[in-house]
Amino acid sequence: MTEVLIDNHIDVAKVRSDFPIFANNPGLHYLDSGASSQRPSMVLEAMENYYRFHHANVHRGVYRLAEEATELYESARERIGRFIGATHPGRETIFSKNSTEALNLVANSLGRGFLRQGDKVVITKMEHHANIVPWQMLAQYIGIQVEFIDVDDEGELIIDDLERIVDGAKVVSLTLTSNVLGTVTPFTGIAQVAKAAGAIVVGDASQFVPHRQIDVKSIGADLIAFTGHKMFGPTGIGVLWGRSELLDQMPPFLGGGDMISDVRLDGFVANELPYKFEAGTPPIAEAIGLGAAVDYMNSIGMDAIESHDREISRLAYEKVKGAFGDEIKIFGPSDPSKRSGCLSFELEGVHPHDVAQVLDQNLVNVRAGHHCAKPLMRHLGVAATARASFHIYNDEADVDALVDALKETRNFFI
Amino acid sequence: MQGLEDLYREIILDHYKNPRNSGTLEVPPAHQADGYNPLCGDEISIYVNYDGERITDIKNSGQGCSISRSSASLMTNAVKGKTIAEARETIKTFKRLLLLDEEGEKSEPVEIDLRKLGELAALQGVSKFPARIKCATLAWNTFTQIVDELDLQIDGAND
Repeated sequence: MTEVLIDNHIDVAKVRSDFPIFANNPGLHYLDSGASSQRPSMVLEAMENYYRFHHANVHRGVYRLAEEATELYESARERIGRFIGATHPGRETIFSKNSTEALNLVANSLGRGFLRQGDKVVITKMEHHANIVPWQMLAQYIGIQVEFIDVDDEGELIIDDLERIVDGAKVVSLTLTSNVLGTVTPFTGIAQVAKAAGAIVVGDASQFVPHRQIDVKSIGADLIAFTGHKMFGPTGIGVLWGRSELLDQMPPFLGGGDMISDVRLDGFVANELPYKFEAGTPPIAEAIGLGAAVDYMNSIGMDAIESHDREISRLAYEKVKGAFGDEIKIFGPSDPSKRSGCLSFELEGVHPHDVAQVLDQNLVNVRAGHHCAKPLMRHLGVAATARASFHIYNDEADVDALVDALKETRNFFI
Repeated sequence: MQGLEDLYREIILDHYKNPRNSGTLEVPPAHQADGYNPLCGDEISIYVNYDGERITDIKNSGQGCSISRSSASLMTNAVKGKTIAEARETIKTFKRLLLLDEEGEKSEPVEIDLRKLGELAALQGVSKFPARIKCATLAWNTFTQIVDELDLQIDGAND
């Protein structure tokens, strides 16, 4: 890895040299990190190193290799836990497959241990399906009531009436950053009101952790979910953080190996944290890869990553808006300081799918579709948007390529 | 890499900008089927009037990309006035054009007389863009639901 900061600003050219995908795809303008980021060499090397030199199952053997594998796996957990500010990183950092599985763990465990028919769970209209459907499943199976915090025309949560909405709620679960709009929600403020009402507060930080420093101790959440592959880690690894006092009370989700301390014919005793929530052989290499991704982010510094995110979000908004004016509808806050990570838009008269197709011909990769947030899309009155999303390897040249390709799209179709 | 012109033929852009047989028909007597592409959010409704022998009218409404909308427009033109057996034959030809078998799975190319296809031939380029095949087939799969329904009715009447 090379030194990637110049006067505290990210040197994008140097960052790109850490990510082999760019050398292997010359001219690529990768603007889909909101769906999945790329990986630096050090993540790939950490995973390969583990498989080549240290692989065995974890928490099982007494032989040297098994101890090395366990040490690498648990060290990754510690580093990831410290990265998010966990008080007890080794106990409170639970590995899952991704954010979706982490949120399903939360809904299922709370559904078994805490929620009863008629209980109220509050989410928002801008959630990813992963933070909607598990609660709707609980509504079907045990009859909880799911209520929604509304979204205004600027793509911000309407919280004037928050105290009434969360009154009596057992759970309030919401995103920290919208994956469609890029809106950074006032999570901590909402969490305070929800806590005062007695609710368990859950945060979906999938789009937040890749760009902003999170301190789980002070953000006001009881449980936080995020995923590895949007923050330079591999696919197949996600994290659920929880306050250990709450996690201790929550019943396990999946049953099987590793999550038990004893099994008899008439029942089982669950293991201690965090293993209670990690049934079966875990994604060991992926956890080690995510540990390396966190090391990589620390080496750059979250301050520099955040200011890069703010700068490129502002630049993308201003350049695209400046080039197309009323011919383009940009979703989400018009105040760039309230945005993070992405720019969702609709080019007048051209379907997002067609936009993405023409952009692809110009090596500009964007996502077109409903972004797994159909209730929000219906609220916005569109079936699909095109979304350009950014990370530390993107710079002004990528934004310019986007604008040029959009001009070509417009000329082709209109 | 395939050029955009392979995908976006002039006929396709024309049917996208000037859709044929757009709208709805009163149900009943019309038969209706709805289709969704969960991947991209495209939606379509197809309406068919059938007089016992031929498709006397067909309309479609919905939202989607240029490939999805133009394919719907081209399809309605292609099957209007046809018998159910003829419509099935047209569906089969369309699938062959996209290198799909009758179940919609990828298949080996089968020789097709493009001159008999008329405007439908414009959709051939879609086969080179795997991500867009679902856009092109949405209207056809939705229409197939109605054809299946009508076939059942015909079978029932013959019993």
